[in-house]
Amino acid sequence: MYQTRYLRAADVADAAAKLDDDAKLLAGGMTLLPTMKQRLASPEVLVDLADCGLSGIEDTGDAIKIGAMTRHVDVERSEIVQRAIPGLAALASHIGDRQVRNRGTIGGSLANNDPSACYPAAALALSATIHTNARDIEAEDYFLGMFETALEEDEIILAVSFPKPEAAAYAKFPNPASRYAIAGVFVARTTGDGVHVAVTGAGDDGVFRHAAMEAALNISFTPAALDDVEISSDEMISDIHADANYRAGLVREMAKRAVTACQA
Amino acid sequence: MLSEMLSEMLATPPNKGTGRRKVRGMVKICLTVNGASVNDDVPDNMLLVDFIRERLKLTGTHVGCDTSQCGACVIHLDGESVKSCSMLAAMADGKSVTTIEGIADGETLHPMQEAFHQNHGLQCGFCTSGMVMSAIELVTNNPNASEQEIRDGLEGNICRCTGYHNIVKSVQAAAQVMSGR
Repeated sequence: MYQTRYLRAADVADAAAKLDDDAKLLAGGMTLLPTMKQRLASPEVLVDLADCGLSGIEDTGDAIKIGAMTRHVDVERSEIVQRAIPGLAALASHIGDRQVRNRGTIGGSLANNDPSACYPAAALALSATIHTNARDIEAEDYFLGMFETALEEDEIILAVSFPKPEAAAYAKFPNPASRYAIAGVFVARTTGDGVHVAVTGAGDDGVFRHAAMEAALNISFTPAALDDVEISSDEMISDIHADANYRAGLVREMAKRAVTACQA
Repeated sequence: MLSEMLSEMLATPPNKGTGRRKVRGMVKICLTVNGASVNDDVPDNMLLVDFIRERLKLTGTHVGCDTSQCGACVIHLDGESVKSCSMLAAMADGKSVTTIEGIADGETLHPMQEAFHQNHGLQCGFCTSGMVMSAIELVTNNPNASEQEIRDGLEGNICRCTGYHNIVKSVQAAAQVMSGR
């Protein structure tokens, strides 16, 4: 890892003030630090958000609001999340491994927008709202491509609100070592906008919603309804773990499993 | 010393636009390690695992990969298992660290250590300290863990020698003792 300067922010305003041209925010560090160890990133300054009071989960009535620094393990174990959106708690329980879940945060995951991360699929499928220190951003406007988000350089995620669905579930085919999604599908029967199906791990430009699967499931919410849907392998990732055709097959299978889990 | 100069030269990216080499960053940390208070000045970019191994000379915690996947570096931070290779020492300021050296009770092995010993839960031993630390948290949180829950719960620890079978047996045996069964 190159030299860097570690700063701990006292609060969000302090963190914003410490953000200059070559500073990066540090949340759980489960992506940023391994990246820095590989010298794929070399920020001159790290601004640690640990003391900024951004953890916590609340039920706001129509939605579940999760603070940006809330760890995956805390989403997993939250009775509030388990009661309102159990599919989200289950998603959190399978991110990485136990040690990653003890450190990694939802804000860090969404700010990074790794094309194989799990939370982007949940945020997109549930039409989440990303609350920053400048504005609120709807999920459909937030994910701009692989590792690209609508966040400005000095913008800090404070919390994420997930509207409560009628039913929701996530199914992932994980890489056996990293546990990242080779393909992960989040299916949500939303309140008022029908079925949303968001795919992660498979698309070469990051998380996306699959219109044809949504249309089929709006007609018949069953795994069998997905049998004849065309799932194109164009614009899917081919790498050492799986080629695009295999990923397209995995997407169909994970979608069916998620539908089944919704019905349970 | 020449080796330190060389390390610093290699560690600092050349010609970062300013033409000036950055001043080496140091940060003061104060934490508890295996019950004892520790104070030190560390480089900002020093990993917690390197602090534990090189500054504190606690070499039971191991560096097994460069990709944060193997779990040989797992320790407890405020009682929860974390990969010490994926934290900066500076992030542990104010916290309590427990390493493999800190879990025995004097000369008496921790039940998890004893179980690995009795059930041949290791061959080369390189993954073992991380396995033990992960397994202690697993059993503490889930005293009646099933075999599948143990296998899944140790997904953050990779072993190249044993095929995991005796590791799982060891954890099951320890769980019995730790929950007084």
